[in-house]
Amino acid sequence: MEYVTEPILLVVVVVTALAFDFTNGFHDTGNAMATSIATRALKPKAAVLLSASLNLVGAFLSLAVAATIAKGIVDAGVVTLPVVLAGLVGGIVWNLLTWLFGIPSSSSHALIGGVVGAVLAAVGTDGVIWSGVISKVMLPALIAPVLAIGVGALGTWMVARITKDIPEDTNSRMFRWGQIGSASLVSLAHGTNDAQKSMGIILLALIAGGAVDESSGVPFWVVASCAIAMGLGTYLGGWRVIRTLGKGLVEIDSRQGMAAETSSAAVILLSSHFGYSLSTTHVATGSILGSGVGMPGAKVRWGVAGRMFTAWLVTLPAAGIVGAACLWLDEAIGGDAGSYVVFGLLVAVSTAIWLVSRRKPVDHTNVNDEWEDASTQVAEVVATHDPAALATVGAGPAPSGTAATTHRTDDQDGRA
Amino acid sequence: MSEYIDVDALLRVVVAAVIVGAGLPAMFALGVRALVPSGAGRADAAGAALGESAGGSSGASAEVRVGHVGAGRRVAAVASFAVCVAAIVAGIAFIVSGGH
Repeated sequence: MEYVTEPILLVVVVVTALAFDFTNGFHDTGNAMATSIATRALKPKAAVLLSASLNLVGAFLSLAVAATIAKGIVDAGVVTLPVVLAGLVGGIVWNLLTWLFGIPSSSSHALIGGVVGAVLAAVGTDGVIWSGVISKVMLPALIAPVLAIGVGALGTWMVARITKDIPEDTNSRMFRWGQIGSASLVSLAHGTNDAQKSMGIILLALIAGGAVDESSGVPFWVVASCAIAMGLGTYLGGWRVIRTLGKGLVEIDSRQGMAAETSSAAVILLSSHFGYSLSTTHVATGSILGSGVGMPGAKVRWGVAGRMFTAWLVTLPAAGIVGAACLWLDEAIGGDAGSYVVFGLLVAVSTAIWLVSRRKPVDHTNVNDEWEDASTQVAEVVATHDPAALATVGAGPAPSGTAATTHRTDDQDGRA
Repeated sequence: MSEYIDVDALLRVVVAAVIVGAGLPAMFALGVRALVPSGAGRADAAGAALGESAGGSSGASAEVRVGHVGAGRRVAAVASFAVCVAAIVAGIAFIVSGGH
């Protein structure tokens, strides 16, 4: 082992990377399990336990892409420990904020946004490979949902046609197995893909900190800790995101759920096979939307979908701004102390977001409650910058909140 | 655009995703369809035979139980489900092999 230059800073960065891995897990539980939970193919707790186990196993399966997540997007030479830390903070904060509002958004895009922002703040535009940003991040973000909506819609439409004269309860009973199988595959693929990204970040930090050789492989403790962090995150369950995916976008039945998850698994695995990696979240969300488009008579809440698409557009710049701000703060304070302050700030912000989320908790007990169209209310309170009302409306899912409606009326009266 | 997009890879993804991603649910649905007798309105040979066997075994039960279907339909159903299971196994094998 080489001489470790900044041992405490390195520990801080590794802990932050594991924290990101954890938020990645709970933010993305819904990608695989939201449909199974919404159709009651699995009980909520059973679904997250299954998904967590498969994410855990998936993380151990392969190390093939445990290269750096930022490869080809930023100049590897400018990546230092403070840059990695600032990038991770950007990713975590965006993951937590989108979770608070129940918006499914790509964890890897958040991380990339954070790192790009930190690099911009550190060395300016020269440090970013813009063609890589366009070809590896932005275009796939446009392609993934379109493709997934198409495949999900076609699959659902065919399934609906083939099974249209079969009694509903028979359909539910049979298709739940297909649903569980396809959702499990999505979980496994997620564990493999996303845990490797965190492993790559930790490896990058270890190399930058001089703890391991540049040619070194991923140490086992990194693999194990990433697997456990992601598994725990998944088990905790991002119930707000699960609720949006399972109840908010489309009212879903077992046939739609099965078609959507199969579409997700197929698009994720095939795109990776042909060297064209797409975000799990974008694909899963697109497939669920597609299952609403393809189902005759199904209702798709395009308002909720629109809010989500907007969040996707904002992900990169928003996480980037946080990443850049963290790096500036880090450098302004200077030395290791700067990084510790950034870390402390992350802990404070995360705690604050968690506290806000407790005002209107969404968990396994109310995740399937009837969806009230609160999206317009959220949009309005956001537009009027009323933090108090925003906190009341919370994640939009508002399982039993009539307060949201009251606030909306107040706002309208006040502005009239 | 082609400077940013590998059009060839994208086309392969699209074609393969449509075939597998939409084809497999349809295959599963065909399996379910084969296993479940046709609705009351339809009186094809298989449906009638099914109704008979169901009536024989479960008396006056209005619901025709899954499993009491003709051999041909059972084989078709098993074949459909086998394709789906094979696809899942292939997917797991792909993940284990490291992708790409």
